[in-house]
Amino acid sequence: MIHFVLLISRQGKVRLTKWYSPYSQKERTKVIRELSGVILTRGPKLCNFVEWRGFKVVYKRYASLYFCMCIDQDDNELEILEIIHHYVEILDRYFGSVCELDLIFNFHKAYYILDELLIAGELQESSKKTVARLIAAQDSLVETAKEQASSISNIIAQATK
Amino acid sequence: MSGPSLMDSLFQRTLEDLIKGLRQQLIGEQAFISKALEEIRKEIKSTDLSTKSTALLKLSYLSSLHFHDMSFATFHALEVLSSPRFSHKRIAYHAISISFHDSTPVLLLITNHLRKDLSSTNEFEVSLSLQCLSRIANVDLARDLTPEIFTLLSSNKLYVRKKAVAVVLRVFEKYPESVRVCFKRLVENLENSDPQVLSAVVGVFCELASKDPISYLPLAPEFYKILVDSKNNWVLIKVLKIFAKLAPLEPRLAKRVVEPICDHMRRTGAKSLVFECVRTVVTSLIENDSAVRLAVGKVREFLVDEDPNLKYLGLQALSIVAPKHLWAVSENKEFVIKSLSDADPNIKIESLRLVMALVSEHNVAEISRVLVNYALKSDPDFCNEILGSILSTCSRNVYEIIVDFDWYVSLLGEMSRIPHCQKGEEIENQLIDIGMRVKDVRPELVCVSRDLLIDPALLGNSFLHRLLSAAAWVSGEYVEYSRNPLELMEALLQPRTSLLPPSITAIYIQSAFKVLVFCLLTYLMQRGSTASSMFPDNLPSAVSASVSYESFDDLSVENVVDATDTHGPTCTSASITNESIVNLLNLVELALGPLLGSHDVEIQERARNVLGFVDLTKLDLLNSSVQEENDSERKGAEASKTIELMHGAFSKELGPVSSSAQGKICLPDGLMLKENLGDLEMICGDIDQPSSNSFSFGSPYEEKGGVSFSNLQIKENSRQSNESTSLLAEHRKRHGLYYLPSGKSEMISNDYPPANDPMLLGNINDNADDLVKLTEESLTPKRKPNHAKPRPVVVKLDEVDEKPESKEDSLSGAVHDVLFGSEDIVPTSSQSNLSDMPSSKRKGKEKQHTDSHVESKENLVDHGNPSSRRRKHHSHGKERRHRSPRKKNAEERKDNGQKLKEKSSHRHGMHKSGQRAEEPFNFSVQTPVIPDFLL
Repeated sequence: MIHFVLLISRQGKVRLTKWYSPYSQKERTKVIRELSGVILTRGPKLCNFVEWRGFKVVYKRYASLYFCMCIDQDDNELEILEIIHHYVEILDRYFGSVCELDLIFNFHKAYYILDELLIAGELQESSKKTVARLIAAQDSLVETAKEQASSISNIIAQATK
Repeated sequence: MSGPSLMDSLFQRTLEDLIKGLRQQLIGEQAFISKALEEIRKEIKSTDLSTKSTALLKLSYLSSLHFHDMSFATFHALEVLSSPRFSHKRIAYHAISISFHDSTPVLLLITNHLRKDLSSTNEFEVSLSLQCLSRIANVDLARDLTPEIFTLLSSNKLYVRKKAVAVVLRVFEKYPESVRVCFKRLVENLENSDPQVLSAVVGVFCELASKDPISYLPLAPEFYKILVDSKNNWVLIKVLKIFAKLAPLEPRLAKRVVEPICDHMRRTGAKSLVFECVRTVVTSLIENDSAVRLAVGKVREFLVDEDPNLKYLGLQALSIVAPKHLWAVSENKEFVIKSLSDADPNIKIESLRLVMALVSEHNVAEISRVLVNYALKSDPDFCNEILGSILSTCSRNVYEIIVDFDWYVSLLGEMSRIPHCQKGEEIENQLIDIGMRVKDVRPELVCVSRDLLIDPALLGNSFLHRLLSAAAWVSGEYVEYSRNPLELMEALLQPRTSLLPPSITAIYIQSAFKVLVFCLLTYLMQRGSTASSMFPDNLPSAVSASVSYESFDDLSVENVVDATDTHGPTCTSASITNESIVNLLNLVELALGPLLGSHDVEIQERARNVLGFVDLTKLDLLNSSVQEENDSERKGAEASKTIELMHGAFSKELGPVSSSAQGKICLPDGLMLKENLGDLEMICGDIDQPSSNSFSFGSPYEEKGGVSFSNLQIKENSRQSNESTSLLAEHRKRHGLYYLPSGKSEMISNDYPPANDPMLLGNINDNADDLVKLTEESLTPKRKPNHAKPRPVVVKLDEVDEKPESKEDSLSGAVHDVLFGSEDIVPTSSQSNLSDMPSSKRKGKEKQHTDSHVESKENLVDHGNPSSRRRKHHSHGKERRHRSPRKKNAEERKDNGQKLKEKSSHRHGMHKSGQRAEEPFNFSVQTPVIPDFLL
């Protein structure tokens, strides 16, 4: 299974973290510090796998972002690479040629998309189209709710409550 | 009213504002964040859910990307969760899944929220709560929500169903009882036509099977169907993983799946699937030659590929296949060696492992030569990686593959001269270890040590200090093999030794002491042999092997002490002349004199010992050599007696000490190991402090000044270590846990054993006999067959190899028990619902728990003794018979009979079937009997 997913920028800034196994806040910072030290220093034409604390970390760089996933020893590295690519493609479709800034400002949306892709550290949806459809459906749910909430009458009603 | 006003909620900073603000802060980011946190703390108390949820969203941003604590908001997150709006729920669930953990206090309050959302009609709400549950489930949540999950497992909304399936894994893990409820539905989903659901189910089984494969063997037909029919690579990869776990358990299954797997391997273009096939074959279907050949063929394609990923994975696959089919590696040898100079350090390390796998006693010299050359050329990290793996491979199993120890020792010497070498410590251990274990290699060892000691350049490299200490010790201990002890003496006392740390200087001094005693004794003997042998009765036989008895014609040389000239040309000849002795003594005095003022107690003491000895002997020796008169002869005799005494003390051979030797020392009467030493600490606190800074009693290089003294020290050492670890030992005993094999810690702390336990050496054979009786099997393979080429005797203490293993077994046994226990439910689960589970049944199950416990232990212990095991099994069968009526109830309820019944019986397969068919117990433990369920 996938133990965690990290998105780290080339400068070592963390853009997204998702933990499927229990890690305390302290461990999380430590893990990220350790791994970004290992991964960011690797040259461009090396293999995408790093052995780390008895686990394997599969990473891939897209533009300025490193997508990293930590898996068990006997998991399939190539499959994980495909999952990473899958995720990037979905992000790309959702944001329209995604860039790091999209992820910075919509960090929660990146999470929601990841949640549709993976659950409990396993791939749950392999169709890009389905993920896009699901996310769109949920977004529209949110939109209608927002419209209601932001109407002036609503605010006044609340204020005078 | 502490909440924010209307204005606050109207002008609340959104997440975007927060992020923008953060990005504008070039410096003082922390200040900005803490200000934002303050705002959030205020906003989150608002009664307006929109304000609250925005605050929560901002907080989860800061928590997940800037790692700020958000535990203060757990309750607020729950409040937001109760909002009817989807957008709020989404934020709340997200916040909860990143911040909750098993000990979060409000975890209990979430159960009802989750239950409500799990049964919501909005599939997205269900999805959110499942998502969250998969992350935060603990025992209570898993237990309370099992019915809801059970319902969702057959939901007609596939979107919900696949998530429920995925969550089941976590629920099983936390609350094994739920397996009884959900397992059947989970299995039914294996036949689902929807690829996503199928993928989820297979994923769950893949995880479950990786922990306890044997329980899932009865599902093999379903998996087989998927393997043959499915076109989905994601699913196929998972199914292959399951078969990789199942195939080793059931040979017939292995035969069955080989064909489809090979088909996939030939047909598919997806590299990930090919690799998974390869890995399945090389891990689990290793017996099947044609499949392995095909897989190795694919591996070769990987190896020659441009893609470094494939290269790396290819090498990894090879290293899996290496132990069984070495030909696969040797076929690709060229490539593997070439990869040693790859740009990618990971590939280099992988190929290094492979090269080490190729090593055997025939080619070890050749490969080591190649590798050492590589090490010379490569970067420091990899260089040390290479050296480390050479060292560990060669020392494996007490130097199993080394035949020519002279070569190996000189290799060690050579390795230590590689500029980047940081393996001084490991080489140190091996030098001493070989010295103690292999008698024949000592001359060469001394020669290598001499070369190391004499090179002043090495003293500058702090990584090599440990190694030099070994060299010093070796040349002191085995000085009788030295060609030129005087030269050794100079090397040991050279001025640059001041660069060494105190503990190692101490070893240098002690070694110098030994060499000095040896020189003096040789000198005396030479004199004795020329001048009417003074001590004809007790000439030590070990001495004089290398010393030529030269006629002593310059006895009357003037003995004016010339203290300044210490580096005279005295030590060119091997024989020891009067003049050289004088110079030697002067050298000692000159070199050690300043050390009397050393800050280090150890050094000071040892230097004083040596100088005292010199004082004691010098006058007599020189006097007696000048004029051979009768009165001074008496004095000379006294001095030589002292020398002989010292030599006697040093000449007792040190040997390796077994890691379990500590246990053989019987407890002295007055020694209380279990006593709490709290009071003592208070008393000793002040006394210990001053001495602890440099001088430690258990110093690894404790030397023996005399036999009785050394014995005393052993006792002291043991007492000390026993006291300090007694609490830990008791803790271990109580829990039946052995974090480390006992005695190991002792070995670590004493880099080389303080002295030989005489009883131990004497009784090695007896002990070995006992052990052989106990563990005949485990030992026999370790005994080497006779070599065509004579290999020097390597002193082996059987216990060293054997003891830790058995400890590890008990540990793994415990782990096994736990896993066995938690998965034990799986077989019985699919039979019935929770509601009609009588309590008596449950008790029965508990009994099974303990039973399996006992059984697994027996398997571990009883391997070598088939007859007794059979007897025990028999009794097990009886026990089971007692219980069987109770079980029958449940079994009868199953309608799809055979298959599921196996599920309940396969774990105890041998007992059950034996009992059913009245068969004799003629099967092995590891492979339970499984009737022909395969298609």
